[in-house]
Amino acid sequence: MVTILFFARLREQLSCEKTQLEITAPATIGHVRDLLILKNPHWAEFLNSGSLLVALNQTMAKVSQIVSDGDELAFFPPVTGG
Amino acid sequence: MISIQQQDFDVGAEYNALAGQDTRSGAVVTFVGRVRDLNLTREVLGLQVEHYPGMTEKSLQAIVDEACARWPINRHKIIHRIGDLHLGDNIVFVGVASAHREDAFAAVEFLMDYLKTRAPFWKKELTTEGNHWIDAQEKDAKAATRW
Repeated sequence: MVTILFFARLREQLSCEKTQLEITAPATIGHVRDLLILKNPHWAEFLNSGSLLVALNQTMAKVSQIVSDGDELAFFPPVTGG
Repeated sequence: MISIQQQDFDVGAEYNALAGQDTRSGAVVTFVGRVRDLNLTREVLGLQVEHYPGMTEKSLQAIVDEACARWPINRHKIIHRIGDLHLGDNIVFVGVASAHREDAFAAVEFLMDYLKTRAPFWKKELTTEGNHWIDAQEKDAKAATRW
């Protein structure tokens, strides 16, 4: 099971802060995103936004990285702290 | 030290903690970021700060580790507030104690530039014209590339 978190504007756009997906074969972050869109077609325009950032196990990641069972994935807009 | 907290901080107390009894540090540089009254053309009433618990602390520690590898830092402190903030409230504190001012100034600027582009915080602005998420700024991304 992979846990997926959404933050800030994206969390509001999706009306979702957390979801889980069963991964049966090795998948990239990009694949996980495609699976999420397959399950929730109306998420496509938000999850395909080129400016979105992604973190794998709380470290910034690239969509080509492999996700394993038990991982925590997070999608969010560019950060604006400070 | 890194602290993510709702409550305000006392700049004097933070300075004293950085300076302490440490006579090696000839320079203490501190920066405080605050909620200002005007962003673009909108009148701001306050801010909500959201973060990613766990990743926030990890990413700030990575930024601090990188700063410590670049400059001789004796002591450091980063505080970032979360939750509801009002006009004029403190948002962020970055302080560095070092032997010399050049290193202390550079380290604080580096920490702020990296914090603004790498630490998972998001600000929502409450204005007289409604509430909206603040967009990341090109100038911040640019500032972080100079290091």
